[in-house]
Amino acid sequence: MKLNFHKNHKLLFGVVFWGFVALTLIIAVLPATWVQQQNEPLPASEPMTELQRKGLNIFISEGCVYCHTQQVRPIEMDENWGRPSAPGDYARINRQDVWRQTPAVLGSERTGPDLSNIGKRQPSDVWHYMHLYNPRSVVKESIMPSYPWLFEVVENPSDGATTVSMPEGYGPKNGTIIATREAEALVAYLKSLSQVPMDAWPSAAQQAKADSAVASAVKKKVNGATIYANNCASCHQNNGQGIQSTFPSLVGAAYVTEKDPTRHIRAVLYGLQGVTIDGKDYTGVMQPFGELLSDEEVAAVINYERTNWGNDAPTITAEDVTKVRNNDELNKIQPNE
Amino acid sequence: MNNPSAVQSVGRPFTVEKAKAEERIDTSPESVKLIFTYIAFSAFWLVFGTLVGEYLGFKFVWPELDSISWFSFGRLRPVHTNILFWGFLSQAMIALALYVVPRTSQRELYSYKFGWVSFWLINTSVFFGVITLMAGINNGGQEYREIIWPIFLLFALGLILVAYNLYKTIADRNVKEIYISNWYILAACLWTIVLVVTAYLPGYQEDGISQTVVQGYYMHQGVGQWFTPMVLGLTYYFLPILLNKPIYSYSLGVLAFWTQMVFYTMIGAHHFVFSPIPWWIQTLAIVFSVGMFVPVTAGAGNFLLTMRGKWRSIARSYSLPFILAGVLFYAIVSYQGTLEAFRSLNKVWHFTNFTIAHSHMSMYGFVAFLVWGGIYGLIPRLTGKEPPQFTVGAHFWLALIGVLVYSVPLMIGGTLQGLSWMAGEAFIESVTLMTPYWVWRAVGGTMMFLSHLIFAYNVWKMRPDSWQRLRQVTELQTN
Repeated sequence: MKLNFHKNHKLLFGVVFWGFVALTLIIAVLPATWVQQQNEPLPASEPMTELQRKGLNIFISEGCVYCHTQQVRPIEMDENWGRPSAPGDYARINRQDVWRQTPAVLGSERTGPDLSNIGKRQPSDVWHYMHLYNPRSVVKESIMPSYPWLFEVVENPSDGATTVSMPEGYGPKNGTIIATREAEALVAYLKSLSQVPMDAWPSAAQQAKADSAVASAVKKKVNGATIYANNCASCHQNNGQGIQSTFPSLVGAAYVTEKDPTRHIRAVLYGLQGVTIDGKDYTGVMQPFGELLSDEEVAAVINYERTNWGNDAPTITAEDVTKVRNNDELNKIQPNE
Repeated sequence: MNNPSAVQSVGRPFTVEKAKAEERIDTSPESVKLIFTYIAFSAFWLVFGTLVGEYLGFKFVWPELDSISWFSFGRLRPVHTNILFWGFLSQAMIALALYVVPRTSQRELYSYKFGWVSFWLINTSVFFGVITLMAGINNGGQEYREIIWPIFLLFALGLILVAYNLYKTIADRNVKEIYISNWYILAACLWTIVLVVTAYLPGYQEDGISQTVVQGYYMHQGVGQWFTPMVLGLTYYFLPILLNKPIYSYSLGVLAFWTQMVFYTMIGAHHFVFSPIPWWIQTLAIVFSVGMFVPVTAGAGNFLLTMRGKWRSIARSYSLPFILAGVLFYAIVSYQGTLEAFRSLNKVWHFTNFTIAHSHMSMYGFVAFLVWGGIYGLIPRLTGKEPPQFTVGAHFWLALIGVLVYSVPLMIGGTLQGLSWMAGEAFIESVTLMTPYWVWRAVGGTMMFLSHLIFAYNVWKMRPDSWQRLRQVTELQTN
């Protein structure tokens, strides 16, 4: 037969088929094979536990990836989410089982926040459970679905059950909410999401962190209100009033309004846990922000808290924060003192 | 509606009188039955899939609509996309191909039996795909390959059978030359078989982000190597036949064909610009995204030049307006896609609702409109039954205005989202600022959904009287 695409169907569709197979090898199969061979976890990362892996599978099965990325791009606008993502960040993710392929966690849309560092930003179990049961109980403007089927409502929770107390109007009228094993797994997975340093030696990594903090402080316009909205409002709320018996109010609180800012600065730098304020016990965990925020940013957010919602306390400077940091290091004061 | 002129001449007619379909085409009843059944089922999946989409759109405005696991956003989103890709568009495109390929090869379809087996395989696959996705069983959250392999295997087998059926039809054609439609249609089937097999095979996409490399290739070629060449191939048949004039340039079609195959295949990674997958794949994808200028301009230009001077015929037809809109959307979304690939613009638009607008303008404005053009062009000629022209017009305008009301606000809102992130505002700002645009999306989505109900009604009106009578008529004609 003639070598004519218009008349020889074997030739035409042979070229179409085998040509596409060849292109597929070049652009998909071979690069994927190469990426797979290079796959290596970052030295500082920990293997996933059974519970975390189960949580990842629930994360996938509920379709969380359609609204949440886990992909920090190497561009300025993504700096809030962490350092640029590297292949090693995903190296411990592999095929779920024979039926289901490897989870795709990079995401294609950011309807909700990026989760690369959600474990660092929000390490409190209590917050995660409340947020999963009804996201609007902690973030009023949230449009995330509620996941009540990851919880049960029982009359008498057994010992060792994870109970969840919701603010007025968000929980069931009767009974106690307890987290199912699925909710526990999902929260364990979310809390495990935290970028580790790119190289194995903490000293060098810390150095890099410090350098980048200085660099970004110089570059970025520091805005206390934005820092508050991104880091604090999910627990203490936009109006500063917190959530009853879980996350304390900042309005008129001694921590925030007393003249000596040391306690306030320490709370932001090192976090807090299990404190009693005005005779009330608070169950939430506050994470340390000392590594996430520069001294200038800490000062900005503290000043925002000290001068809003009717608070009227003296403001501080970045130097005050640096002084507390250095003083504590010198005197070997432990974070939770 | 058989004799409307008497009524309409009394007052001002509400619609412009459309040309009636010519005589019913002499096709075997087997063929009519097979094709119409495909179309009827695709119409069902369209209504069902967009009902789901409509519901999802409402959830952006009222997140507390329900708290039932099977109806939650994360589970229904893949239900929406997979139904419309595989149940509606794929099935409708295959239906039209089962007519176009035998017609242009001047012979009967190789095997009606295979056609029926494909029909059942495809619909069974979509049905069980929907059930499993709603139950929370998906294939690793990999977009558009969410249906797990044992179920999607049925679809793949159906497609392989379609390809074999069409290949045998073309191989045994009664004309010397293979018409350009058949290049596109059979190539689309062959490419998609390779694509689906590559997407699901294990071995090279197990650990870490190796699957991301394949995902970029798969999700983009799903559009570029399946939907696009299928509908372009169909349009290379329907446009000239409905206009009753030859295609402007056959060679432009051939040029677009080969460039489509080479350029489109390279650009999948532009869905992962700035991601940790190898930088060279991203750069290559951006370069070839610019190269897409060639097949798109050749293809869309070819169609528009064919239409030149025939605007009157287009206005008088009820299928050609769909084709005109589809061709315009084809050009617009393709150029838009090239822009989105540039790193500077990708920064603003990636991860935002802009991409949702883009995907709806392509799958709906481009692919679905061309499919509808083909259906309205073909089915009345097969069954001899016209849909009411008022409802066809209602379908056209509701769908067209609907998709614009849907996508223009999302493009604006998506741009504002990107700018908000770049300005370093609190993240929640980018959620609250979207509310009005999501309301517009729900309004546009509702118009689109209504148009689909009308389409389903029109399909019903175009149904063959009865298989029995159809057979008798055909026998009479052939005797």
